[in-house]
Amino acid sequence: MADATEKKIKVKKEKEKGPRKGRWTRRGFIGAGLVAGGALVVGVAIRPGDRTDTLAEYVAGDGEHLLTAWVKISEDNTITAIIPHGEMGQGIHTALSAMLAEEMDADWDALDIIEAPAEKDYANFPLVREFATGGAKVPGFVFDTLNGAMLGLAKKMDMQITGGSTSVRFTGTGAMQTAGAATRELLMRAAAKDWDVSVDSLRTAKSMVYHDASNRSGTYGSFAAAASEMKPNLQPKLKSRKDYTLMGSPLPRVDIPAKVDGTADFGIDAKVDGMKYATVMASPVHGQTVARIDAKDAEAMPGVISVHNMGDYVGVVADGYWQAKQALDSLDVDFTTSDASSLSQEQLFAQYAESLDTGKRKTMHKAGNVAKGAEGAAKTIEAEYSVPFLAHACMEPMNATAWVRDGKADIWCGTQNPLGTRMAVAKAMELDAENVTLTTAFMGGGFGRRATPDYALQAAALSKVSGHPVKLIWSREETTQQDHYRPAVLGRFKASLDADGMPLTWESVFNHEGEPKEASDIVYAIPNKLVQVVDSPSHTRLGPWRSVDHTQHGYFTESFIEELAHAAGKDGYEYRRALLADKPRFIKVLDAAAKLGKWGEPLPEGQARGISIVESFMTIVAQVVTVDMSGGDPRVVHVACAADPGFAVNPDGFEAQMQSGIIYGLTAALYGEITLEGGAVAQSNFHDYEILRMDEAPKIDTIILTSDARLGGGGEPGTPPIAPAVANAVFNVTGKRIRKLPMRDLGLGAAS
Amino acid sequence: MVQLKINGKPTQLDVDPNTPLLWAVREQTGLTGTKFGCGIAMCGACTMHVDGQPVRSCSTPLSEAEGLDVTTIEGIANADGTLHAVQEAWIEHQVPQCGYCQSGQIMNAVALLRDTPNPSDDDINEAMAGNICRCGMYDRIRAAIKTAAKASTVMGG
Ligand code: FES
Ligand code: FES
Repeated sequence: MADATEKKIKVKKEKEKGPRKGRWTRRGFIGAGLVAGGALVVGVAIRPGDRTDTLAEYVAGDGEHLLTAWVKISEDNTITAIIPHGEMGQGIHTALSAMLAEEMDADWDALDIIEAPAEKDYANFPLVREFATGGAKVPGFVFDTLNGAMLGLAKKMDMQITGGSTSVRFTGTGAMQTAGAATRELLMRAAAKDWDVSVDSLRTAKSMVYHDASNRSGTYGSFAAAASEMKPNLQPKLKSRKDYTLMGSPLPRVDIPAKVDGTADFGIDAKVDGMKYATVMASPVHGQTVARIDAKDAEAMPGVISVHNMGDYVGVVADGYWQAKQALDSLDVDFTTSDASSLSQEQLFAQYAESLDTGKRKTMHKAGNVAKGAEGAAKTIEAEYSVPFLAHACMEPMNATAWVRDGKADIWCGTQNPLGTRMAVAKAMELDAENVTLTTAFMGGGFGRRATPDYALQAAALSKVSGHPVKLIWSREETTQQDHYRPAVLGRFKASLDADGMPLTWESVFNHEGEPKEASDIVYAIPNKLVQVVDSPSHTRLGPWRSVDHTQHGYFTESFIEELAHAAGKDGYEYRRALLADKPRFIKVLDAAAKLGKWGEPLPEGQARGISIVESFMTIVAQVVTVDMSGGDPRVVHVACAADPGFAVNPDGFEAQMQSGIIYGLTAALYGEITLEGGAVAQSNFHDYEILRMDEAPKIDTIILTSDARLGGGGEPGTPPIAPAVANAVFNVTGKRIRKLPMRDLGLGAAS
Repeated sequence: MVQLKINGKPTQLDVDPNTPLLWAVREQTGLTGTKFGCGIAMCGACTMHVDGQPVRSCSTPLSEAEGLDVTTIEGIANADGTLHAVQEAWIEHQVPQCGYCQSGQIMNAVALLRDTPNPSDDDINEAMAGNICRCGMYDRIRAAIKTAAKASTVMGG
């Protein structure tokens, strides 16, 4: 009860402070203050008014001082980094902590790491800082989500930013490094004051301040209290790269030990007293609802507690998952139908073709004049390309645990969007956000899928109707059929070449305008271009898929440019080089991949190489693959990958992300295809939605280049180049151009 | 009531003997290190050992393990509590990304090395092809298995 009163008071206080919206200023706010309960706070405030008191309440215990929103220091010198991103395998907890510890000179070996609570204050700061320092215009609205904040802002700013690729770029530089440096400065000033010496005469290392002249030293913990009473520097000086000791060296990932001994807790491992298990089936044709349900048999099955018609899905609550699943399978359910309920894959693509023919075109990118530019061309090349829907197929099926009762809701799940999930649950349960807690867990894969909170909303609803704490687990079949898919896209391309085979014009039109907009643009120096999009409404749910629109456009562009090279009678590598002559970063990456992949060197009969280069999320990646066609189907034997992310905070982690992105993209290129039958997804499990396995996995070599560009992403940029590189290699063996993915069942014969 | 040993500990499970071993262990004993991936023996995430043999516990009824020794990822460490050579190698090569498949990968690799202490690439491909890693860490898994093989050979003299 005391709890509730306190909460009420807090809500009231907030109201008195006026609306939470406010104009962003050009600078981040870093404030300091003392809060109730003895916790000392030096906070990074993100808009007028210091918000760190709310943060301290969530993360600081007795005798702990919250020094900026991203770090707390206890008097025994334990330093804890507070990381506002979920771990889905991208090693983000390690990379972001290293960025903080680097600038702070914190002892890496004694650093604790916790995940930030799903609080608004954690959502906002890095963006403000990033855009304040980056000089971009910052819109005056409050974000409701954590990673979702990135998406929200990205939308307004016409760029799509997703999950892992944002964390290092935005939170890392914008928040972690700045906070680390500001904290270190504060601690040094506190020490200087205490010892009555100048700040310049001090040095720091491993969470200690030293004054060598007088042989004095003190722990960060011992100065935390005094530091918190000082006003922090808003724009602390960051180290230069040459002084880094942590960033740029391979750091063992902090999440790995728990992932080899079975102790890592994923969402599916949540344990709540009295918990029951649930599973669901939603309408196979998305957007339809339950028309009729006969639950008699299911309700009578052993272990079954209740069966629920939830409108657009049915759910069973039971003593165990298996019992719930057995009962679900025995349910007799009909769903409503619509025009979409007869749609086949062929009809879908016929609709796309129709909209390319007659739909209203919107221009995405334009230069020169393609009609004029094509006059007097020596050659014109045209081609049509397509890619299918793709599921994310996270290894961990969708799941969430919820306990909704007495005007509150507790949620446990893995999510790429903790705050957005919490807010969505509050809204759906008609609760005050204050009364909804969210405990995050490791994610068994995200890839964009876990940015959508549908599964958490179902868990909450089923807990509410059944009156039990409920762990909802989707079957693999449900996970495959109720995904939010990478869009299926049809694209038409046309180019004209001059007498030397160099392109004069580049035209394309495709369906589906997604994010980021620059994905459909071309980096090559072609004087006249026109890139257009048409609308293609879909009843099938779509969502961000690893590297978002770069997957389809990377494949289209890098295949079609190869067609031009071929028409010009030129080598794909040299042709790209010529068209990138004014972009030295690209040339370096392309050259590095060519060298690593032994471009031009002889290969055994039946093998050839293919090359591609794609920039996404500010990282440039080129790949040279070696493909063997002697078995009739493409077998990738080697991938040489060169990447320039500006700077890799954890090179080993970055390399792992490239490997991961390549296998993810290769799986899609060779096998990935979600098709519609009667408007519903035809695939269901790993037998018909195949995933690349060990016996087909190529050897991958990666080289990381450093440049003075700003930090680029790691989680996604490895994916786009692989499909076109493989397709180009297949052409180089067989002479057959692959214009439709996936590559299986295309009737590709062995080299003749 | 089904009697069996889990990680050396005699255990009675009071559930329908048709319940897949995976769910019986996860829900009744709280040992949640073994994961659910597909439910149809296609991904290997649920791999446990039953009398030393790797099985897909999602598709193995509890009754089949009656009276037998079941080992899960939680029970694979050495008797003195130190990590198994395979687990050590997994850390050395920083194998896991999301980590969700890795209990199954490790259990399968332990079984492979027991039967084939010095596996070739082909041996590894064949033995590990049943375990999907959606994060694509195959290169690292392969390297880690070789490291573990070496470590075991050295230890075994
Ligand atoms: S869950 Fe058992 S093999 Fe996939
Ligand atoms: S590490 Fe994520 S599925 Fe293997």
